[in-house]
Amino acid sequence: MEFLNYFGGVFEPWAFMLLLGGTIGGLILGATPGLSPTMAVALLIPFTFHMSATHGLVLLGAAYTSTVAGGAVSAILLKIPGAPANIATALDGNEMAKRGEGARALHLSFLSSGVGGVIGILLLIFLTPVLAQWVLKIQTPHVFWIAILGVTVIGSLDSKSFVKGLLSGCIGLWLSTIGYDEIQGTERFIFADALGGGIGIIPALIGLFAIPQVLDMMAKGRVDALVEALEVPRQKLAASMRELTKYGRALSIGTVVGSIIGLIPGVGGQIAGLVAYDQSRKMSPQREKYGTGHPEGLVAAESANNAMVGPSLVPLLTLSIPGSPTAAVLLGGLLIKEIFPGSDIFEKHPEVVWTFINSMLIGQVLMVIFGIMIAGWAAKIARAPAPIMAAGVLVLAVFGSYSVGQSVGDVHIMLALGIGMFVLEKFGFSAAPLVLGLILGPIAGDNFTQGMTLAAAQDGPWVYFFTGTLNIVLIALVVASIAYSFWHNMLAGDKSAAAEPVGREAK
Amino acid sequence: MTSHRLQHIVPGFAIFVLASVVTWLSFTEQPAEAFLFPRVISVVFIILAIWNLIRAVTGMSKVGRGISVETLKNLAPGLAVMLLYVFFGAKHLGFYLGSTLAFFTIYSFYDPASWSSVKDWIKRALVTAAFMAVIYTLFAVVLQVHTPRGILF
Repeated sequence: MEFLNYFGGVFEPWAFMLLLGGTIGGLILGATPGLSPTMAVALLIPFTFHMSATHGLVLLGAAYTSTVAGGAVSAILLKIPGAPANIATALDGNEMAKRGEGARALHLSFLSSGVGGVIGILLLIFLTPVLAQWVLKIQTPHVFWIAILGVTVIGSLDSKSFVKGLLSGCIGLWLSTIGYDEIQGTERFIFADALGGGIGIIPALIGLFAIPQVLDMMAKGRVDALVEALEVPRQKLAASMRELTKYGRALSIGTVVGSIIGLIPGVGGQIAGLVAYDQSRKMSPQREKYGTGHPEGLVAAESANNAMVGPSLVPLLTLSIPGSPTAAVLLGGLLIKEIFPGSDIFEKHPEVVWTFINSMLIGQVLMVIFGIMIAGWAAKIARAPAPIMAAGVLVLAVFGSYSVGQSVGDVHIMLALGIGMFVLEKFGFSAAPLVLGLILGPIAGDNFTQGMTLAAAQDGPWVYFFTGTLNIVLIALVVASIAYSFWHNMLAGDKSAAAEPVGREAK
Repeated sequence: MTSHRLQHIVPGFAIFVLASVVTWLSFTEQPAEAFLFPRVISVVFIILAIWNLIRAVTGMSKVGRGISVETLKNLAPGLAVMLLYVFFGAKHLGFYLGSTLAFFTIYSFYDPASWSSVKDWIKRALVTAAFMAVIYTLFAVVLQVHTPRGILF
């Protein structure tokens, strides 16, 4: 119950202001189609640079929580999911809004997000210290394998093609080796002056997540893509709260599925929402109503994608393996504050970590209150025209990546990576494994070099890296993650190909 | 050979070339100790790159929509402004002037509203000014980021 000692930090005026601002801003950003939670958190990181670690993480945590929930607003009122996590929400939510039940749908959505989110954060609070104790047994070769596991899991599970997913991870790992090697005192892969200091995590995160979205908006050309938001007639909140109790089964399924999926590194909210929706439909006696505006579908999807948030930070804080792409960006936020996840994170930085986790718990409550208050209004703001969004995000990306190191070279790297990622995404590559390779690369590299030195003085690299129970378990998990994805790809047989003909997306 | 297959071969080949260069440098650059980890990565990288290229050549690589000519046409002006802004404007004109011009140009070009209406041009100018005022307040006043100065500010 150590976390109770740090609740005071959340209510410290500056921290609470950031929590409030992050929650309201996150709700609006989340409701904006085209601005994913990952991109929103990546763009916010430069602003945390001048804050203390605690305050920076409070802001990022609030944004992470509320952008996921805010995505439901545009999913319900515009039928455009604000984030991939809200795809399942749009299926029933928009049908309800069309029937004039927009307020009911929004209330149910935020209330179920809140319930799922609180349970998810409680899991984070109680599971993380337990796992952190277990992590004490981990040594150099294990850290190397854990870092590799992080890349292979996300590379395999987050991509439609596992070859391309793993290739993205490899590119990220290679990018992480660019720059000056401090151990050997030599330069590696420095093809341009801007690369002398290596590739900074923040410019890379901004480039990889923000620039492809800017280019995607431009790729649509001069199109009037504004969609009319549906009207939201008033509804009493108490009635919605009573109604939520009727959907206990959908709420439980969503929360359990979301929590489990959050714990699996790399899977993320999109899958959580869809899996929960599907499971809830299968177990419902009224399954034929799903897709026609049935509140159960909405409740299952929304409780799942917010229940995923807390557990996605469990492997992040203990093993440095993020549970979702947004959690990978948060890992970048931790590392620039020189907070290294691991067994001793709660001993070295208890005030930072516990205040951060507690703020996410309070943030869930604020998210429900403000979500319900500003939902209809946020939907109108969220309809900012794409040209303004594209130009605005570009300028923010340039200033954000410059402000971290006050280096124009960082801006060049940001743009080059962003354009490269846009092209790669068009051919089925994914940013998440690349980012994870970039973040986990130094951890894997340093532990590999250290391990090789220790192995030379002991029984050699083979014994050091490939024997011992934990090494074998981790290697088995690496192999299993690749094998599962390979098997899944073979079964699917590139089904997506039929739906995604090459070179035709703009037509 | 279909255009679909060709669309996958081009990036597949580019990645193969990148992987080859990385592998070559990893195994030839000195001191070898500094390139131990890159060597391990490069071996996996080149194997996956070859696998990916084979899948592209044999038509098995189908995930991804590729880039259409229409997309390229839509993108070209914005991309040109973006590159000019980042590689020239921000440094030589100054961050704030460069950003103002980039924002205004991109917004105006992709704005579906009429290009001949004075009212629409005024709206674009006002939105640009308002956005840049927010950026200036955030970065120059609040965060006190010192940006490169150009010909104006």
